[in-house]
Amino acid sequence: MQLRQKQHRSGKAGRAVIEFNDVAYGYSGDAILENISLEIAPGSFHFLTGPSGAGKTTFLKLCYAALTPTRGDLRVFGGHIHPSNRTAIAMIRRRIGVVHQDCQFLDHLPVEDNIALPLSVSGQSVADQSENLFELMNWVGLSGRIGALPPELSGGERQRAALARAVIMSPEVILADEPTGNVDWEMSQRLLRLLIELNKMGKTILIATHDMALIRAAKAEVQARVLRISNRTLHAAGADL
Amino acid sequence: MSISIFETLKSLWVGNKAADRIVPPSGFTVGLTLFSAAAMAFLAVFALAVALASGRLAQSWGDDLARASTLRISAPDGQQDVQTEAALRILSQTEGVSSARALDDDEVQALLEPWFGPDLPADKLTIPRLIEITQDGRGFDAQGLRLRLQAEVPGAVLDDHASWRTPLVKAATRLRVFGWFSILLISLTIASIVTLAANAALAANAQIIAVLRLVGATDSYIATAFIRRFTLRSLVGASLGTAAGFIAVMLMPSNAEAGAFLTGLGFKGWHWLVPILVPVLTACVAFIATYVASRRVLRRLA
Ligand SMILES: Nc1ncnc2c1ncn2[C@@H]1O[C@H](COP(=O)(O)OP(=O)(O)OP(=O)(O)O)[C@@H](O)[C@H]1O
Ligand SMILES: [Mg+2]
Repeated sequence: MQLRQKQHRSGKAGRAVIEFNDVAYGYSGDAILENISLEIAPGSFHFLTGPSGAGKTTFLKLCYAALTPTRGDLRVFGGHIHPSNRTAIAMIRRRIGVVHQDCQFLDHLPVEDNIALPLSVSGQSVADQSENLFELMNWVGLSGRIGALPPELSGGERQRAALARAVIMSPEVILADEPTGNVDWEMSQRLLRLLIELNKMGKTILIATHDMALIRAAKAEVQARVLRISNRTLHAAGADL
Repeated sequence: MSISIFETLKSLWVGNKAADRIVPPSGFTVGLTLFSAAAMAFLAVFALAVALASGRLAQSWGDDLARASTLRISAPDGQQDVQTEAALRILSQTEGVSSARALDDDEVQALLEPWFGPDLPADKLTIPRLIEITQDGRGFDAQGLRLRLQAEVPGAVLDDHASWRTPLVKAATRLRVFGWFSILLISLTIASIVTLAANAALAANAQIIAVLRLVGATDSYIATAFIRRFTLRSLVGASLGTAAGFIAVMLMPSNAEAGAFLTGLGFKGWHWLVPILVPVLTACVAFIATYVASRRVLRRLA
């Protein structure tokens, strides 16, 4: 499929899009993540694994500024994020597409409007991009569900809609939290192929998943780095796959 | 946080169908805001009518008070003309009196007619002579004039209208203050109602606000969706209320004799245009109230 290609922002080539420097995060009491240091280069493909409750979702939330590190230095697109600067955070989120683990839709709007939501909130005309929208819906296998409200979708359909919404702005970075949690193998392969294609277009991809088969399938096609969260910190995994 | 007030104002005019739909139609706040705006606008029209009418009355009564006084001369038959002459002479020498004119018999009879009917046998009764005094801007010293008249024109009684008109003017002035104060209270009330409704709507939609933020909506965009909704709703409600109040005031009987307060309660001349401001001001108040409420709620939800 042809996703709208956006000019890669120049001047940052070679520099990390997301850069953790000895970052720690704790919700209230003890730290959940500690000593996190990582550079995510533009155009790279990362997997993030780890046991349930290890902090994968927390890690992704730090990346898209839903959480602020309790310690350390975190840069997104080369800049620090001040939690009070809501406009800057909104601008970052237009450049990062996120597939949330719990999907997060507006339940009163039909699925196609939900998928187009990033366009409408950033002031772009949805009508101008309707072709792109329907192509995308077709690709994730939702063209038959036009007009359905999110609560009327199956778990897998919701996940596919979430992926479509994450990529509709053609963002520079795509973060996916268990994007294949509720879909069958064939669909998860299709979603993976979409992500790989986006990566080949220069997008930076980070996928949190438990699905080792998915990681293996991806590694056959792209240069993917696998990270593992255990004991509150980040390890490079790879040999054990 | 930066909700640009100009952007918000602009989007009020331009509108945005997509933005309108992101906030789910929130049942009861719609009806409540609409009704409250209508009720408050209705009351505001009445308060305006009271304020403007009493202002008008205070003005005209005050003017009468300042301008016209009467001198009544009741003297035995032969004395009347002599005393009238003397009084006119004194008045012409009094500082602050710009003119003094003795009313002729026909005029006096016309004045008495409402009380005694048209067949008053004027020639058989001793009817007092009346002198109409017009003051100039400075006014005259009523007490000094009385003393002088007492000495030279024993039958003269000066009626400067002040004794009975002053409390009326005071009351009308006070009523005008109450009217404007009521309008202030009405404005504050509608601001409170809209603030409560907007707060409730924002809090009820915290989940939607969270989703919008996740997909990159600025606080300006989110706030505008709410501000637009409440401002337009208040505008519609206030327009309905104003129209109803306008009709009610128009239907007030207006057989206005000067000074008849109850029948004078209405709009005169360009004052008829003033109620048009009510919906506009209500919308402004709603805009400001929602703007402030959304700023606060969005900061808290951050
Ligand atoms: N809002 C929160 N407040 C307090 N603790 C939280 C909150 N969200 C998550 N946690 C805790 O932080 C830890 C990490 O949670 P997180 O959601 O990041 O795990 P995860 O690796 O994504 O797990 P899963 O694979 O089940 O999705 C968990 O122990 C969780 O209970
Ligand atoms: Mg998780």
